[in-house]
Amino acid sequence: MPVTPRPGDPTITPALVAEHGITPFEYERLLAMLGREPTFTELGIVSALWSEHCSYKHSRPLLRTLPTEAPWVLQGPGENAGVIAVGDGLAVAFKIESHNHPSAVEPYQGAATGVGGILRDVFTMGARPIALLDSLRFGDLESPRVRYLFSGVVKGIGDYGNCVGIPTVAGEVVFDPAYEGNPLVNAMCVGLLKEEELIRAVAQGVGNPIIAVGARTGRDGIHGASFASEDLSEENEAKRPRVQVGDPFTEKLLLEASLELIRSGHIVAIQDMGAAGLTSSSAEMAARGDVGVVIDTTKVPAREEGMTPYELLLSESQERMLVVAKKGHEDDVAAILQKWDLTAAVIGEVIAEPVYRVTEGDRVVAEFPGIRLVTDCPTYEPEARESDAIRAQRETDVAAIAELPEESDPVWTLTRLLSSPTIASKRWVHRQYDTMVRTSTVIGPGGDAAVVRLRGTDKAVALKVDCNGRYCHLDPYEGAKQAVAEAARNVACAGGRPKAITNNLNFGNPKRPEVYFQLREAVRGMGEACRALQTPVTGGNVSLYNENPNGAIYPTPVIGMVGLVEAIAHVTPAHFRRAGDAIVLLGENTAELGGSEYLQRVHGLAAGAPPRVDLDAERRLIDALLDAIAGGHVASAHDCSDGGLAVALAECAVGDEERWLGADVDLSAWDALPRRALLFGEAQGRVVVSTAAPDAVVATAARLAYAARVVGAVAADAHGVPVTAAGGRFTAALAALADADGGAIPRLMERAASASATAGESRPHHTTP
Amino acid sequence: MTASFRIEIRVVPRRGILDPQGKAVADALHSLGFPEVGDVRVGRHVVVETRAADAAEAGRRAAEMCEKLLANPVTEDFEIEQVVPV
Amino acid sequence: MKFGIVTFPGSNCDYDAYHAVVDQLGETAAYLWHKDRDLQGADVVILPGGFSYGDYLRCGAIARFSPIMDAVAAHAARGAPVLAICNGFQIACEAGLLPGALLRNASLKYVCEQRHLRVETTDSRFTAGYEKGQVVRIPIAHGEGRYHADDATLDRLEAEDRVVFRYVGADGGSDDRSNPNGSLRDVAGILNEGRNVLGMMPHPERAVEPLVGSGDGLALFESIVARVAA
Repeated sequence: MPVTPRPGDPTITPALVAEHGITPFEYERLLAMLGREPTFTELGIVSALWSEHCSYKHSRPLLRTLPTEAPWVLQGPGENAGVIAVGDGLAVAFKIESHNHPSAVEPYQGAATGVGGILRDVFTMGARPIALLDSLRFGDLESPRVRYLFSGVVKGIGDYGNCVGIPTVAGEVVFDPAYEGNPLVNAMCVGLLKEEELIRAVAQGVGNPIIAVGARTGRDGIHGASFASEDLSEENEAKRPRVQVGDPFTEKLLLEASLELIRSGHIVAIQDMGAAGLTSSSAEMAARGDVGVVIDTTKVPAREEGMTPYELLLSESQERMLVVAKKGHEDDVAAILQKWDLTAAVIGEVIAEPVYRVTEGDRVVAEFPGIRLVTDCPTYEPEARESDAIRAQRETDVAAIAELPEESDPVWTLTRLLSSPTIASKRWVHRQYDTMVRTSTVIGPGGDAAVVRLRGTDKAVALKVDCNGRYCHLDPYEGAKQAVAEAARNVACAGGRPKAITNNLNFGNPKRPEVYFQLREAVRGMGEACRALQTPVTGGNVSLYNENPNGAIYPTPVIGMVGLVEAIAHVTPAHFRRAGDAIVLLGENTAELGGSEYLQRVHGLAAGAPPRVDLDAERRLIDALLDAIAGGHVASAHDCSDGGLAVALAECAVGDEERWLGADVDLSAWDALPRRALLFGEAQGRVVVSTAAPDAVVATAARLAYAARVVGAVAADAHGVPVTAAGGRFTAALAALADADGGAIPRLMERAASASATAGESRPHHTTP
Repeated sequence: MTASFRIEIRVVPRRGILDPQGKAVADALHSLGFPEVGDVRVGRHVVVETRAADAAEAGRRAAEMCEKLLANPVTEDFEIEQVVPV
Repeated sequence: MKFGIVTFPGSNCDYDAYHAVVDQLGETAAYLWHKDRDLQGADVVILPGGFSYGDYLRCGAIARFSPIMDAVAAHAARGAPVLAICNGFQIACEAGLLPGALLRNASLKYVCEQRHLRVETTDSRFTAGYEKGQVVRIPIAHGEGRYHADDATLDRLEAEDRVVFRYVGADGGSDDRSNPNGSLRDVAGILNEGRNVLGMMPHPERAVEPLVGSGDGLALFESIVARVAA
């Protein structure tokens, strides 16, 4: 049956094509594929599937260069989530995804639906979610708008994850003016499954029914260009809310029902209807299976009357899934869903004919040949050129920057750094998250990496999200390398062997040469680090166009690392545990100061070359740490990162909120270094270890040719932290350190609370998109 | 013979019970230049569409709904604001 | 001994209660589906934490009408033990098994953290294994845990020794930071008149293993087992 336009559909004009974000070049390809002019419905389908979000057209050639394989990788990129084997017949599924743009418009719902989407990506692999992590970026917390975004995002993440009952176990929050107009909200989910229960979103089996499950489809999230053809009266705007609202209660039911469905054997594939909803889920499942599908939009349960095929196909209503069931098992599927008070409707089937076809009752409104709808999208490798201004920032001689008078007292500088919202304790954030539900969180937020035990085994997973956007801004290649290395180091500090990553590439507009340069270089650095550390990329997400008239965000390639802890006894906290333990510094201090939080916080500068990462050394450090931990020699291990060695020592001392410990530290071995670089520089490959067996730790490091030196001892809390360095001795009192660290964010937020009422409920009218 | 009614119900925290949400809103209004604001209470507005023989019966049934489910007798008061035929 | 753990749509601590009972105590347990009417011979019923029906309308307001709740009420009326934790406590109050109500935290924020509780009475089948006045460390995780009842009810709860746990500081005293949610008279857990229904906002089932934070809740489950077995 031929494709027939619907009565009333707008005429296809160059303007309408452009409003759908399709370039003339892409439109030519579309004409060639179809051999005719597309219908309005087809134009909508193509605009969704060939969007940056679905097609990765500006990043795919770069992403192909990343390593994706290892013996333990069961599922690499291209599925809902990556999967690695962890032994005992178990596997871990994980993925990170951004919800940056929705969160900028409506932080509470934007963040909440971000969590919902990533949960669905994981449980549609057959995995039960066991942990959530978040990587967040905001502007300066002094700004009321930023505080509104920050508190709304935190509440949105908490309310959704708490309700579904998945613990939020770790995260990072960075505040920097570079993210002022464009907050980043990246959520990662980790799930556990039996290897044999792994299911892939591949449509198969001619005659198998395609079933829509979960919430009804409304007009949410059908974006700007898509309805440009109609008059944009206020009435029409009101009918299509741009903000999608999450329903964690339905999500919890979907989660339980989906896992039951997968285990029942009645279905062959299942996928979230996420971005571009029904269109992308059905087309991608068909493409993976290299089969044809037909969908009848009149069968899709709609929330509103009179919805067109265009709207039903492109809606981004939340908490919906697409299932391919085994023919004849429809009633079994319906029974399971009914148990969970969920509805299901057969909306199509897998067909032998190699086409992607959409009907509205008897009328064919869209038809594409084979899987070319997915595979014919062009890819781009635009011009790349480093910004001269950024190069100049990197080449600044930061050693020549004069110290402020206050810096004569290093405790002043240390306190200033600890109270930087980026460094300070995020307890204000994570006490709003249920970090403990499922009673498997061995190390929760605040550790170097979170550790979640795998029930029924003696193993655990160590999890970390990480990225330093300032480093990536100054040098995207080194910065991305560093993000992988630091995530791996954090995982190893907690006792885990780094295994694989998921990545979330947050960048500006790739059509600008300086942005594409950042993307290209970051991917190059990431690939190199992943190869060196044997942590392949199993999937991820790309979020481009994070910019506003004032400029782009810092390039922020967030790394979500999963490591395996072989025995629960190896789990290692970051903070000191026993007075009398020796403190060993693994790694070497250097004169590096570039890109540091010190320069940002004390001098207001993002400048200098970020610290260099020696990947071979990092690998040896990880081996040394894990050997020492397995030998039972390590009481605590904490990586030196933002704020350098002095901040790391302070965090070791006051990191356990219920029990502080002091320390006596002698750094005179490095008297040749500038004091501020020694204390606050961010040289890589350094870990502060406390141990009852310092000789064993030093010997283990020596076997791997890694520097290690005893630098002091853990003391009672009344002792404070006296440090001997650069020919002098200064003492930081624990109460002052804890107050700077723990009080910084609450003070900023409480001061604001009276002015902005209850964030998440009172919403400013002047939201900037 | 029944007719359709739209019933609007207001549920508010009982007077004398700490309403932290209301207090936060009052504080915010003060700092936004509304010093005249006294007590603020934040409650729920429930709109029920139902069928009944007449408005009086619809109102009676609505009161039962409130007592049974829509309001908590320990902490909340309710008021049936409107019963409108539709 | 058999524990029956009710799963409402939106329950999410049923799994934790199950593992506390089965893995740590070595007892048997069954999940009881909210649409069922049979307790499957359970000696002890647990109403677990979570967000039944999404906490829509009011926490616990819809779950209390689940078919299984009639059986739970009959079980309680027989004097058999019911442990109502967090959302379960909210449901038990809505169902009239316990007096009072749980309101939004005074901070307006959800709070998840380890807290200290003082055991106020050991005259119950749930706390016989503790010492009176003992300070235990058990986590909370809720947004609506502010216990409220009128003065007469509170006076009566105290007079009848039915306040089981109070929020305190690490030293067992109370100050402006020891009450996490604004509960009246620092109440964290209460008994019904028959002393066989315990409702509490803190999560003892999350405190049965030091590995994941605390083992102080284990004695509560052991007390139930010792009493019912005796």
